[in-house]
Amino acid sequence: MKSKTAPDATLWWLGLAAGAFCLLPWYWIDLPQGLLLAGWPLGASGSALALGLAGGKPWLLLMLAPLLLGFAALNSRLPRETRGLVLVWAGVIGLAVILAQGFLIGHRGWNFAWAASLFGGAPQQNGFGFAGFLTLFCFLLLLCQGLAMRGFCRGDGFIVSAIGIIVATIILFVFFPVGRVLSQSVWGPDGWMLDTFISKITDRSIWGLDCLTSSLNCGVAWNTVFLGVFVGVVCTLLGLAFALIATRTRFPFKRALTLFSVLPIITPPFVIGLALILIFGRSGVVSNLLYEWFAIPRSRWIYGFTGISIAQILAFTPISFMMLIGVVQGIAPSLEEASQTLRASRWTTFRTITFPLLRPGLANAFLVGFIESLADFGNPLVLGGNYEVLSTKIFFAVVGSAVDESRAAILALVLLGFTLIAFWAQQAWIGKKVYTTVAGKGDAGLPSPLPRPIVWLCGLVTVPWVIFSIGLYALILVGGFVNSLGRDYTPTLKHLTTAFKMNFDGGPIFTGSAWDSLFATLEVSLLSAPLTAAIGLMTAYLLSRQTFAGKRSFEFGTMLSFAIPGTVIGVSYILAFNVPPFELTGTGLILIICFMFRNMPVGVRAGLATLSQIDKSLDEASLTLGAGSATTIRRVMLPLLRPAILASLVYSFVRAMTSVSAVIFLVSAKYNMATTYIVGRVEAGEFGIAIAYSAMLIVFMLIVILLIQLAVGERRLGRRAIATPMPTS
Amino acid sequence: MNRFMTRSAMGALALGAATLAGSLSAQAQGQLTVYCSVQEEWCRPMVEAFEKDTGIKVSMTRKSSGETYAQIKAEASNPKGDIWWGGTGDPHMQAAEEGLTEEYKSPNMANLQDWAVKQWNQTKGRTIGIYSGALGFAYNTKLIASKGIPEPKCWADLLNPKLKDEVQVADPNSSGTSYTMLATLVQIMGEDKAFDYMKKLHKNINQYTKSGAAPAKATSLGETTVGIAFLHDHVTMIVEGAPMKAVAPCEGTGYEIGSMSIIKGAKNLENAKKWYDWALTPKAQALAAPARSYQVPSNKDTPIPPQAPKMADIKLIDFDFAKYGSSAERKRLLAKWDAEVKNQPK
Repeated sequence: MKSKTAPDATLWWLGLAAGAFCLLPWYWIDLPQGLLLAGWPLGASGSALALGLAGGKPWLLLMLAPLLLGFAALNSRLPRETRGLVLVWAGVIGLAVILAQGFLIGHRGWNFAWAASLFGGAPQQNGFGFAGFLTLFCFLLLLCQGLAMRGFCRGDGFIVSAIGIIVATIILFVFFPVGRVLSQSVWGPDGWMLDTFISKITDRSIWGLDCLTSSLNCGVAWNTVFLGVFVGVVCTLLGLAFALIATRTRFPFKRALTLFSVLPIITPPFVIGLALILIFGRSGVVSNLLYEWFAIPRSRWIYGFTGISIAQILAFTPISFMMLIGVVQGIAPSLEEASQTLRASRWTTFRTITFPLLRPGLANAFLVGFIESLADFGNPLVLGGNYEVLSTKIFFAVVGSAVDESRAAILALVLLGFTLIAFWAQQAWIGKKVYTTVAGKGDAGLPSPLPRPIVWLCGLVTVPWVIFSIGLYALILVGGFVNSLGRDYTPTLKHLTTAFKMNFDGGPIFTGSAWDSLFATLEVSLLSAPLTAAIGLMTAYLLSRQTFAGKRSFEFGTMLSFAIPGTVIGVSYILAFNVPPFELTGTGLILIICFMFRNMPVGVRAGLATLSQIDKSLDEASLTLGAGSATTIRRVMLPLLRPAILASLVYSFVRAMTSVSAVIFLVSAKYNMATTYIVGRVEAGEFGIAIAYSAMLIVFMLIVILLIQLAVGERRLGRRAIATPMPTS
Repeated sequence: MNRFMTRSAMGALALGAATLAGSLSAQAQGQLTVYCSVQEEWCRPMVEAFEKDTGIKVSMTRKSSGETYAQIKAEASNPKGDIWWGGTGDPHMQAAEEGLTEEYKSPNMANLQDWAVKQWNQTKGRTIGIYSGALGFAYNTKLIASKGIPEPKCWADLLNPKLKDEVQVADPNSSGTSYTMLATLVQIMGEDKAFDYMKKLHKNINQYTKSGAAPAKATSLGETTVGIAFLHDHVTMIVEGAPMKAVAPCEGTGYEIGSMSIIKGAKNLENAKKWYDWALTPKAQALAAPARSYQVPSNKDTPIPPQAPKMADIKLIDFDFAKYGSSAERKRLLAKWDAEVKNQPK
C-alpha cells in the first residue's frame, strides 16, 4: 500500500494544481460579490492561465514549466529514484516561481527598485486567492511526495507531506511575520541603523539599575524579569499546596477545587485587575471599611508591583495547580512505602522522596508562570501604576503618542530573548535527569500521608486564598448589575441591556451593542479550535512516533509561537499579511490563523503527554498488519488520543475567546472580538458594561467547558473497550 | 464526544452561513469602512444615522486614535479603511504629515469654526476639525473637603504640597491628552519654566496612567483627588453623578481638535466624501450630546450641548498645532520629559 500511494497521490495533486491554474480565480476575491465571478475567466476573478495569456499578466505563465515538468516525470519510464528527484525539482521550482512573482509584484507595481530597473514595465496584482493558495499547496505536496519517493521517512508519503505542511505553515505564519517585525529593529526607511540599534538596546530605560541605589524605577527589562520570577515562584508554591491538598488529604471538595481552578483561565483578561481596584483601590470596598472602622488611611498600594503580582498570581496559580496535580499523582507510592518500611518518619519521607520527585514538575510550573507573566498585557495595563513592564511598553511604542517601530521591535527582541532563555533553561535542566516513576504496570502502594506541619501550612495558605478568589468573583458578578461599582450600588440591568438587548419582531433582532462582537468571537473561536487541535496533535504524533532529520529544530519551531508576546504577533501579522502575496487583513481568516499558531503548542504538549502513555506496540501492530500510517492514525491513534483532543479543543477555544493583545490590531469591522470590545469599554471608563460582558463570557465558557467535561466522562469508559480488542484484531 | 463535535461543527456552519447571508444583503448602495476613534457610544448612532440617510452600508471599527494611526500606517501600502472619523487631532496631523491621508475640500466648510478651518489649512486640506475640547483638571469634591485643601483654580495651585501623591495625569508617551498638556504648558510658560513646573508637579503625581481619560475616571471614583484630562471627559463623569468639579485653569489652557481625515487610497472614495460632508452638518454633529460626549462641535449651527464646558468662560491659548504637532518637536519634547521629569526621584 505504501509503495503504491505515492505516484497515485502525486498525480492527483498535480492534476489539482493544473486545474486550479487553468480554471479557478487566482487572486483574492471578497466572497459575496466574488461568487458571481464577473468577467471570468478574465477580470478580478480570472484564472492564472487566462490572465497570463490574455489578461496582461504574462509572468503567471512561468508556472507552466514546473507543472509540465511534473507531468513529464510521472509519465516517464525513469527509475523511481530519478522520478522522485524530478518531482522534487518540479515542486521547488513551482514554489519558487509562485512566491517570487508574488513578492516581486504588488498592488503598485514592482516592490523593489532593482526589479523595476531590471524588468521594466508596470505590472500590478493582488494577493493570492483560491487558486493561488491551492497551487502553492499542491507544489508543496509534490515536493514532499518526491522526497518520499527518494526514500525519506522510509518512503512514507503521508508522513513527509505532514512534516512538509507543518514546516511550511510555521515558516509562513510564525517565522515570516515575526522576522519581518524584528527586522525593523535594525532596518528602517533609511537603510541599516546599527548604531541606533546599539544605543537603543543598551538604553538606560531598559537596563537601568537605579532602583537598587535610589528611589528611581529600574529599567523595564529588570522590572519584567523580577515580576516574572516572583509570580513564577509564588504560583508554583501555591499550586503545590493546592495539589497536595487535592491528592494527599481527605479534603472534601476536591471536584469543586478542580472546577474552581478553571475559573481564572476562562476569565477575560484584566477583569481580575479591575476587580482588585474595586476592592482594594483607594475607594474600594475593603479600603472603605478599613477607613470607616479602623481609620486606616486609604492608600494607593494596589497600583504597581503589588497589584500586578496579585492579579497575575490569581490568574496563573490554577495553571500551575493543574500541572502539579498530575505530577503529584504520578509519584509512585511504592517508593514512599519503601521509605517508611525502612523506618523513615513521614517528614523524612517527604523531604527525601516525595519532594525530590516533584522537582521537574515544580520547574515546569515555575517556567509556565514566568512566561505567562512576561506575556501578560491586560493586568499591567490596568494595575501597572508607575511600574512598567515590556509588554505594555511594546504596545505603547506602537500606538502611543510617540510612535517608534524600531523601539517596539527592540523591546520585543528583549522580551523574546527572556522567554527563549527560560525555554532553554527548562530543556537543559529537566532534560538531563531521569524522574520516571510512572511505570506501565500498576502500582499497588498507597501514598503516604503528609507530615502534619505541611498539611497545616497548605491549609493555611489555600483556604484564605480560595475565600479571597470567591469574593473576587462574586464582586465581578455583582459589578455587572449595579449602577456604578465603587460609587452607586443600586441594582440595575442597564449594563446588560445596553450590551445584549434583543427585540422580537417576527424573530429575534439583536440590537445590543455587544452582539456583533460576541457572534464574531464565537465564530472565530469555534472554527479555530478544531484546526488548532488538529495541527497540534499531528505535530505531537510526528514528534513522538517518527524520526527524521532536523527533528529538534522542528520541535523548537513549533514551540516558538508560544514564546512570542501577543502584541508582537499582532503587529507582525498586520505588517506581513496586509499586502500581496498573502493579503489576509480584514478577514476572519487572519484571526483564525493567528489563534491556530499561537495556541498550537498547547495541543502539541497535550498530545505528547498522552502519546507517551500509549504503548508503541499498538501502532506497530497496526503497521505490521499492513495499514499505512494515515490509516493507523485514523483507526488506532485518534480514538486513543481523545483526552488530548478534548484538552486542546477546550484550551484553544478558551484562549481564542479571551485573547487581547494579539488581536487588537487584527480585528476589523466585520470581525470585532469580544475582548477588544471590552478593552474599549474599560478605556472609556465604563466598567459596568465591561464587567457585565465579562460575566456573560465567563458563564458562557463555563457551560461549554462543563459540556466538554461531561463528554470526557463518557469517553473514558469507551476507551477501555477500544483499547483492549485492538492488539488481537 | 461525537455529538459534541457535530453540534459545534453545525453551530460554526450556521454562524458562517448567517454572516455570509448578512453581507450578501448589504450590497445595494455601496459601502464604506469607517475607523472611528471616539467612544463606541457615539460611533454607533453616527453609523446608524448615516446608513439611514444615504443607504450606504457602513462597516465601522472603533479603536483609539493611537491604535488607528498605527493601523493606517501599517496598512499604508494597501489601505483597508476609507475614512477616519474622530479622535484627537494629533495623530491625524501626524498622518497628514506622513501623507497617509487625502486632501479634500468639502462644500460644507463655510459654516465651520475658525479653529477647524485653521487646522484644515495647516495640513493642506488633509484633516479637518469636527469638535474641540479644552484641557483642564477636575477634583473630587469629597476628598478635597476632607483634606481641607483650598479648591485649585490654576495650574499653579496643583503644586500645593498638600496635594502630594494626589494628582493624576497620563504619560505623554502613551497619551495624546497628556502630550497636549505638555505642549500647552510650554506655550504658556515658556519651555524652561514649563519643565520646572512639571518637575515640581512630579512630586504630586501619584501615577502616570496609560490612557488619557483614565484620570477623569479615577477622580470620579476617588482614586485620586485631582485628575488632569480634557474637560469633556470630566463632564461625562459629572453628568453621571460623580462628586467632582471641572476646572479650566486660570492661566489659560490648550485644547484638542477632534479631527476627520480621508485615508489615502480609500477603496470607497466617493462614499468617504459623502461621510465627510455629512459629518460636518449640524444634524450629524448634534448626535454627540445624546451619546454623552460633550465636546464643542465645529459647525457653528450645531447647538452646543448645555452640559458642555462653555468655551467663552475658558481662557484658551492660541495653540500652535503646526509646531507642536510635528514629529520632530514631539520627539524632542518627549525625550526631554522622559529625561528631566519622569526619571526624577520624588
